[in-house]
Amino acid sequence: MATKASRSAARIMIAPAVILLLGWMLVPLIMTLWFSFRTYLPLRGGDQGWTGFDNYVRFVSSSSFWPSIMTTLTIVVSVLVITVVLGILLAMLLDQPMWGQGVVRILVIAPFFVMPTVSALVWKNMFMDPTNGLFAHLWRFFGADPISWMSDAAMPSIIMIVSWQWLPFATLILLTAIQSLDGEQLEASEMDGAPLLKRFYYIILPHLGRAITIVILIQTIFLLAVFAEILVTTGGAFGTRTLSYLIFQRVLESQNIGLGSAGGVYAIILANIVAIFLMRIVGKNLDN
Amino acid sequence: MGQITLEKVTKSFGDVNVIPPLDLQINEGEFVVFVGPSGCGKSTLLRLIAGLEDVTSGAIKIDGTDATNLPPAKRGLAMVFQSYALYPHMSVRKNIAFPLKMAKMDPAEQERRVNYAAKVLNLTDYIDRRPGQLSGGQRQRVAIGRAIVREPSAFLFDEPLSNLDASLRVNMRLEISELHNSLATTMIYVTHDQVEAMTMADKIVVLRAGNIEQVGSPLELYRNPRNTFVAGFIGSPNMNLFSGAAAAEHGAATIGIRPEHMDLSTETGTWKGVVGVAEHLGSDTFLHIHETGLAEMVTVRASGEFAVKHGDTVYLTPQADKLHKFDKDGLKIA
Repeated sequence: MATKASRSAARIMIAPAVILLLGWMLVPLIMTLWFSFRTYLPLRGGDQGWTGFDNYVRFVSSSSFWPSIMTTLTIVVSVLVITVVLGILLAMLLDQPMWGQGVVRILVIAPFFVMPTVSALVWKNMFMDPTNGLFAHLWRFFGADPISWMSDAAMPSIIMIVSWQWLPFATLILLTAIQSLDGEQLEASEMDGAPLLKRFYYIILPHLGRAITIVILIQTIFLLAVFAEILVTTGGAFGTRTLSYLIFQRVLESQNIGLGSAGGVYAIILANIVAIFLMRIVGKNLDN
Repeated sequence: MGQITLEKVTKSFGDVNVIPPLDLQINEGEFVVFVGPSGCGKSTLLRLIAGLEDVTSGAIKIDGTDATNLPPAKRGLAMVFQSYALYPHMSVRKNIAFPLKMAKMDPAEQERRVNYAAKVLNLTDYIDRRPGQLSGGQRQRVAIGRAIVREPSAFLFDEPLSNLDASLRVNMRLEISELHNSLATTMIYVTHDQVEAMTMADKIVVLRAGNIEQVGSPLELYRNPRNTFVAGFIGSPNMNLFSGAAAAEHGAATIGIRPEHMDLSTETGTWKGVVGVAEHLGSDTFLHIHETGLAEMVTVRASGEFAVKHGDTVYLTPQADKLHKFDKDGLKIA
């Protein structure tokens, strides 16, 4: 029933949700924009008025700006590649009938439920610690010198930790997609003379196209803002300072809210550029 | 090309024996229909021939060479699936060309064969569309096109018409029959619909629980069913089967008479009954006769104009030469 009364009632009823969501988004956005044009040093005189584009110029001209962008993009791309490739392989493996399927699937999904801070600390202290970590023991067992992961291989370490967290998500989405593949299509392609690898390339991979797109888009949103894993492991040292970490440092360590806000605006711009690129490359998979 | 021989083929899934030892000879150019109720193993048998399932024991020979352990692609057979199994992300052209591409055929030759198949199957206007944009009948034709471009030694059809509506089914039935006439390739066709079996087949294989009940031409099966199962399965409406006193009179455990082989009268006849439902098809009327003392219900064919109504008393007389007699094991008494 779409009478005039029911329509206005519907509008009134969804209003609280819409207003809340808009406020949630708009207030921080406007505050960020506002502060980015002001000199605001909480411990050194507070809000000292307008400065125009000074914060923006200073943020970009800092020697850590471009490295931080590169670090961010490296983490995003590496984690995407690792989780999508391993996710497809794991999904195909989990799709096979096997004993204890239910338990195995829950175990595979489990890492996703561990908080990023916790998982990063577990990796750092239990696996990657150069004296007591499991990796160190493994390396010594084979007679090699243990790697001091957090300083010598900081980026690979971060990428490994973040991939471990996001692999379950990719696997889960891809597994549901693979389960919806019509078995007769695979049999038809088998009869058509396609060996295993070609069946994968011509039948399974195109079928997964849409799911892979969704995995890439959703993960990108979250990977651009990776923060806790860096804070509790390297603290931004050894080339692991991402854009979001740089903003954190400008605001909290340098106590410069104006400069940090300008960085926040750059982060929005970067996210949008990445989003446009992604939609160009993979977005067409979502059509029809 | 296109001769298939099954020798003592068996198939078990775990402890369940789906196909007991089975022998079958399919000759070159024949249109063979496997027919039987659902779960009788007819699709399994087709998949064994296709190579999509491994035989448990026995041998499958294609054109005289042992193909028992050959992978599906190497058997030179093409299959049309019940769901059509088209590749949804490829255009009609790419779907049809897929087996040729896998065989690494020369692109010009691929192009020629695809165009030829599209022309034969009236797909030229849709050649660049995707399966999702086609109707059921068109999808069916694409699936057939994908099979014919390979020029296989035999076609396998797994209930290909069961997803189509009634009128389209009749059309596709004709198209497949015509395709068989023009290609003259062996075709093996699985269906549970005995009308499809009767109208299309050169040779019908009636299956029950994995066993071959009878093999023969449609009319052979119609005229001379080997046992009560075939008698009841082939023919529409089903043959009337009576046991008891009426059968004993003829010295048989069971007698069978088709609805079209009984004379109907309102005055006199062998058996007396009361008319229940009358199904008017125009040319014919099928009457359900009750209270005959023979069976709960007897079906009889009357001409379209035979005027009786619910509750009338009628008399039935079987045509003596069309009466089938079966012994207590259900086998035909010659």
